[in-house]
Amino acid sequence: MLKQYSFDKTAVQTFDAQTSLALKTEDLQVFYGTNHAMHDANLAFPKNQITALIGASGSGKSTYLRSLNRMNDTIATVTGKIWYHGVDINEPNVNIYEIRRHIGMVFQRPNPFAKSIRENITYALRANGVKNKAELSERIEKSLRGAALWDEVKDSLDKSALSLSGGQQQRLCIARSIAMAPDVLLLDEPCSALDPISTVKVEETLLELQKQYTIIIVTHNMQQAARISSQCAFFHLGHVMEYTPTGTMFSNPQIPVTQDYISGSFG
Amino acid sequence: MEQTNFQLKKQDTQSQEWSKRLHHATRATREDWIGRGISYLCIGVIILVVASMLWFITSKGIATFTQNHVSLWKFLSGTDWSPSQGKIGALPMIVGSFAVTFAAAIVATPFAVGTAIFMTEISPNKGRKFLQPVIELLVGIPSVVYGFIGLAVVVPFMRHLVGGSGFGIISATFVLFVMVLPTITSMTVDSLRAVPRYYKEASLALGATRWQTVSKVILRSATPGILTAVIFGMARAFGEALAVQMVIGNAAVMPKNLISAASTLTSQLTTGIGDTIDGTLPNNALWSLALILLLMSLFFNALVRVIAKRGQLKHER
Repeated sequence: MLKQYSFDKTAVQTFDAQTSLALKTEDLQVFYGTNHAMHDANLAFPKNQITALIGASGSGKSTYLRSLNRMNDTIATVTGKIWYHGVDINEPNVNIYEIRRHIGMVFQRPNPFAKSIRENITYALRANGVKNKAELSERIEKSLRGAALWDEVKDSLDKSALSLSGGQQQRLCIARSIAMAPDVLLLDEPCSALDPISTVKVEETLLELQKQYTIIIVTHNMQQAARISSQCAFFHLGHVMEYTPTGTMFSNPQIPVTQDYISGSFG
Repeated sequence: MEQTNFQLKKQDTQSQEWSKRLHHATRATREDWIGRGISYLCIGVIILVVASMLWFITSKGIATFTQNHVSLWKFLSGTDWSPSQGKIGALPMIVGSFAVTFAAAIVATPFAVGTAIFMTEISPNKGRKFLQPVIELLVGIPSVVYGFIGLAVVVPFMRHLVGGSGFGIISATFVLFVMVLPTITSMTVDSLRAVPRYYKEASLALGATRWQTVSKVILRSATPGILTAVIFGMARAFGEALAVQMVIGNAAVMPKNLISAASTLTSQLTTGIGDTIDGTLPNNALWSLALILLLMSLFFNALVRVIAKRGQLKHER
């Protein structure tokens, strides 16, 4: 039997005016039909930092993440505001393709296309009208270096992406996203299908990438959140319960439900 | 010492009892045997039927060349089909069959792929609710009904539109187009549905539009399936006899244009088989046409297998 926690007692930090924010949500709610999957999420994400979203399965963290670049459009109703450069991108008349070009996403399961490594990266660039060969190859190299994959694949760019290992595939997916030069990178449990060594490589990549990008990562792995994130948000049954600097979250959680989750005596 | 012997003996009898119990046939093992027997019987009957059909058609079909000493080349390249006078050039029928098959496939494929994209990507709900039953219904309509509609509607329409009798390759193409459309559509729908969802998500998350996603990712990864669908449609068109016979005009001459009467391998078979005597050249010649049909359907099957294998390789590599 799951313990009952009050959803009224939350500890969500806000940021002062000096902190420059990449993304902010106001009263974001998500409904799958009649199922209320996310209640009033008010979170702000500071620029060039890694924010981790943690919580049990079904807590709504992936749902929340997918709402940020409108990937939930066809499957759920999302209400509330998502502020990005002073624009509410949850408005229906916003160009969702532009949003996704600026807010990239990497999924739980490595999902490269059944094409060559090169084509995986050029796919979105070509779709965006980048045709110049020199520019294409420059961006391939840059994004593969960014995802720390260049040295491993530079001699085999025309090999099928499916011949890579799981960790390499996931880094290729990251490279594919950053080739579009986004502002924000959303990652939905990017390491859950990877072994520990590949995980370390992806984490190192992310720590390097936060200099240029704002990263929001959903993870089940609390050690991972502790290792790489600056902020950490804890989700429980569709509510944001606590949002604090990662150090505080793991050493001194503010409310009982977070304490129980961190210590493992949850439910 | 004696005690140990006694123990051994006791163990021995015990183990014998166990052996008996464990080797004993029970209801479960008998059920196994019966089930296996039934499936072997069924597969045996099917293999026998297929093998004897292959042997029968082949032996009859090659009689033209072995007994009547017609040269294979003359049979395949001759354009004069008058079996009663000993002239059996099958080229007009071969050309007719391929012409209607390819024309129907070429016309039907864009419509089928478009419909399939609508049903899977644009409006999956309506697709499942309305279009799916409609297509299943179209598959189930007997070919004589298609032929009759062709005869009553398409032929007069063509006569009106382009003149002539209205019978001909173009009418046959039209009828076959309607007949193969549901086959190609439903198989294309299956192959589009089989494209992993994460491909689509990956593409959309990169900012690609819906059209780019469909044309560059979904269609491309469904290509082996779509090709298979087209080949199945072609096999159906190639083998269709009745509906084609009703609208093509059945003149065993080289088709000069799309609106003059022509004939196909199947239509010639159905028209001619009642008029010939078993064992004579005209009869054997018809069997040779059947043999060509059989070889072509084997070829289509083989092609489907090759494509399926290639598709698999591409995904596993």
